Amino acid sequence: MRSLFRLVIHAGLTVALGLPALATAEVPFPDIPRGKGDKCVAPTDVIRQTHMDLLLHKRDQTMHQGIRTKQYSLRECLNCHVQAKEDGSYPDIHSKEHFCNACHSYAAVTIDCFQCHVPRPDDAANK
Amino acid sequence: MSSNNDSNGSRRTFLKGTAALAAGLAIAPGVRLLGVAKAKPDNEAVTSIVRWGMLIDTTKCSECEVCVEACHAENGIKDQGDPATTPQWIRKLMARDSLTGHVVTLPMMCQHCENPPCADVCPTGASFRRADGIVLVDRHICIGCRYCMMACPYKARSFEHINVTDQAPHAPRGKGTVEACTMCVHRVDKDQQPACVDACNERGHGAMVFGDLKDPESEISQELVRYGGTQIRADLGLNTGIRYRGI
Ligand code: SF4
Repeated sequence: MRSLFRLVIHAGLTVALGLPALATAEVPFPDIPRGKGDKCVAPTDVIRQTHMDLLLHKRDQTMHQGIRTKQYSLRECLNCHVQAKEDGSYPDIHSKEHFCNACHSYAAVTIDCFQCHVPRPDDAANK
Repeated sequence: MSSNNDSNGSRRTFLKGTAALAAGLAIAPGVRLLGVAKAKPDNEAVTSIVRWGMLIDTTKCSECEVCVEACHAENGIKDQGDPATTPQWIRKLMARDSLTGHVVTLPMMCQHCENPPCADVCPTGASFRRADGIVLVDRHICIGCRYCMMACPYKARSFEHINVTDQAPHAPRGKGTVEACTMCVHRVDKDQQPACVDACNERGHGAMVFGDLKDPESEISQELVRYGGTQIRADLGLNTGIRYRGI
């Protein structure tokens, strides 16, 4: 019974994580804005599954120990992934044009990072 | 305001101890193992080898507000139109001796205690003291209960009452959490001084000295050894990182 249950979970996960491959006309897939860099700080599948843990770990290190490396820093995610629109403005954090919100609204995940953190790159923090 | 010679005394004794240690570690003339350079690689944790502090000379402090303006500009704190709710990370105080008429003005902010009462009362562990002596609020875990605001003898903390937008990237701030002077921890970690200290120097007052209280060679330690410094409410035994002269 237990192993059957596991099998079902496994199948479910495979389907869920295999989403991009399955994205067809019938399955809406979030339109994720491109970042400015060539590649992310970790492989995309790792980031997709564990970015929340990586960010949480880094958050505690920075806050409590003053470790300010760039990898897994929320600021660096924003610096790369949030780019100005054609009119020069930056996407609103509540819109699907914002890198973070594009996926989170798709997955119905509410995050509260941006109640405190400014959702734009450092050099555009006040725009 | 009172001074506590006991805690000053024990700190001096301690400084003397570290001075002796530093001398003992001299490996060649002019070469010391305990250098003054504090540059910490980004990937290393802060340690208690340093303790950051400030010495504020009230005789050089004039009636200006540049430190307050610089702090609030640096940390993105804006006037909310209501003084009762606008956060205040640093403020200017004026004290007048009714007998002599002598007036003292000084900046007041988080005193970065060694034994911070805010951290004692915090039910979540959000209020804490970093290894290098900087007292902070981890807003990720702050529940906004404001016990710390009541426990702080210096009224140094503010509660964020409204939704905040356009924060400074290095100073995330949001509704429902408590905040206070961070000694510009984001600058200190880059080997810079707090914004208030820089602003006071730029204005030519030079009333604030920032530095490592544990380094006997630092300007702040040298000044403290030579002229002493007073803790505000030293009777509480908090061993503050901010010391004053001329009060
Ligand atoms: S308001 Fe936040 S930091 Fe202050 S005591 Fe409550 S949980 Fe701790």
